[in-house]
Amino acid sequence: MTSFWAVTFATLAKDIRLEWRSKDALNSMLFFSLLVVVIFSFSFDPLAEESRHIVGGLIWVAFLFAAVVALNQTWARELRSQVLDAYRVSPAPANALFVAKALGNFIFVSILEALMTPLFVIFYNLRVIGPAWQLVPIAALGTWALVVNGTFFAAMSLRTRNREIMLPLLLFPISIPAVLGMVAGTTAVLTGDNPAHFYIVLLLTYDVVFTTACLALFGTILHAE
Amino acid sequence: MKRAFPILAVLSLIFLGYASYRALVVAPTDALQGEVYRIIYYHVPSAWTAFLLFFINFIASIQYLAEAKPATRSVVRWVVIGVGVVGAIVAFVVPMPAGIRPSAIATTMLAIPAFYLFIGRYFPGEKLDVLAVTAAEVGVVFCTIVLVTGPIWARPVWGIWWAPGDIRLTSTLVMWLIYVSYLVLRRFSNSAQTQTLAAALAVFGALDVPLVYFSIWFFRTQHPQPVIGGGGSMDPRMLDTLMLSWTAFLFFGFLVCWARYRLELMQRQVEEAGALQSLRDDDETAPSQRMQGRAAL
Repeated sequence: MTSFWAVTFATLAKDIRLEWRSKDALNSMLFFSLLVVVIFSFSFDPLAEESRHIVGGLIWVAFLFAAVVALNQTWARELRSQVLDAYRVSPAPANALFVAKALGNFIFVSILEALMTPLFVIFYNLRVIGPAWQLVPIAALGTWALVVNGTFFAAMSLRTRNREIMLPLLLFPISIPAVLGMVAGTTAVLTGDNPAHFYIVLLLTYDVVFTTACLALFGTILHAE
Repeated sequence: MKRAFPILAVLSLIFLGYASYRALVVAPTDALQGEVYRIIYYHVPSAWTAFLLFFINFIASIQYLAEAKPATRSVVRWVVIGVGVVGAIVAFVVPMPAGIRPSAIATTMLAIPAFYLFIGRYFPGEKLDVLAVTAAEVGVVFCTIVLVTGPIWARPVWGIWWAPGDIRLTSTLVMWLIYVSYLVLRRFSNSAQTQTLAAALAVFGALDVPLVYFSIWFFRTQHPQPVIGGGGSMDPRMLDTLMLSWTAFLFFGFLVCWARYRLELMQRQVEEAGALQSLRDDDETAPSQRMQGRAAL
């Protein structure tokens, strides 16, 4: 078990160091979601009351699209110099690699969300009516839901032609319940109309089910020949 | 296949024609909806057939993944049997929400190991994947019929084409989207790993559908509750026609699946033969090339 976490943290540290030096994924995600915010604010010109009802949807759609940018780069880096093949023949557990990649993506997307949320607040004059602290579990569970499946499907679409377009095609249909939970939960907190507990439980269930499925099947996907 | 298929095709045509006659002429007109309700004889049988095919795809996919390693094979088999038995017991013990009958849940749960063992016996190895792709393709066609006839029926009856947030509509649509993405994956991946990737995606899709259902549980649903079985309020003549129509659809669906299954199997045999042939050609040309290489040296 110690070797599992040793491999996980070594890979995670390597990915974070690479990202820190290049800032490829973060910069492209940030600029992409900034563009989405600006375009949305041109397309809709809502009053404060209306924006509370729609911004939950807008913010998560922006993050979903931006996350795909980061997720697509997850494994592309490992293809150069046959790193992934080397990993496949090494005795390191496959799931350690998966957990490291998923955690890395979780960190990157969380940073993006922390930087972009204030912008949404400014552009849409947001004021939260419900209990604001509930946005934290919704965001954390929702982000994990996106990145855990996204990391898995990115590994899957690696084996296909035009893999960049393949990832959203696989990820979005499966993510519909999670997106629904995030959007409806965020809207519930923003408007204060109804409690968001149900959505937190839904996201938690989604995370548990799909994290288990990813861990159970990742070895098969990585070693499929 | 060669002799039986045309006979069965004609039979299925006659059967479908008779079911249509019963549906459009013989069945009584609905008291509230009038003639428009007759679309039920196409909408509901297609839905049942599509769900059955998606279920077969899920079972075949999970078995394909399990068969890859001898260690997982027996473990998964016992897990599936356990899930079926425990699920059937739980359905009667745990109180179900209104509108869901415990017997329906128990039957579905017991169908999982039954299908699993049946399919495992008659579709060994690579045939599991052929069965999965066949079921997914034909299932998507039937599911498309459901999604097209649904709004046509909803417009005069509910006054709207589509009810966003409705539990059955949304879960059917998501299921359709998942299986279309499954077919897209199969189309865009033509490596040796396609089967494994597709099987994994099918398992993810099957896990997703109950979650979609559960997530919309909260919203009020517009679609009528099931009327077949307990507490139904359907005219027996209508029910007869519906069941007849479903049998005709199943027969037709089976026939299409059979043809598609044979086609896929043959296609793979042809590909395999082609690959073997090219290997043999390489073997034959290799020595002469070596000779040429030596001569050049």
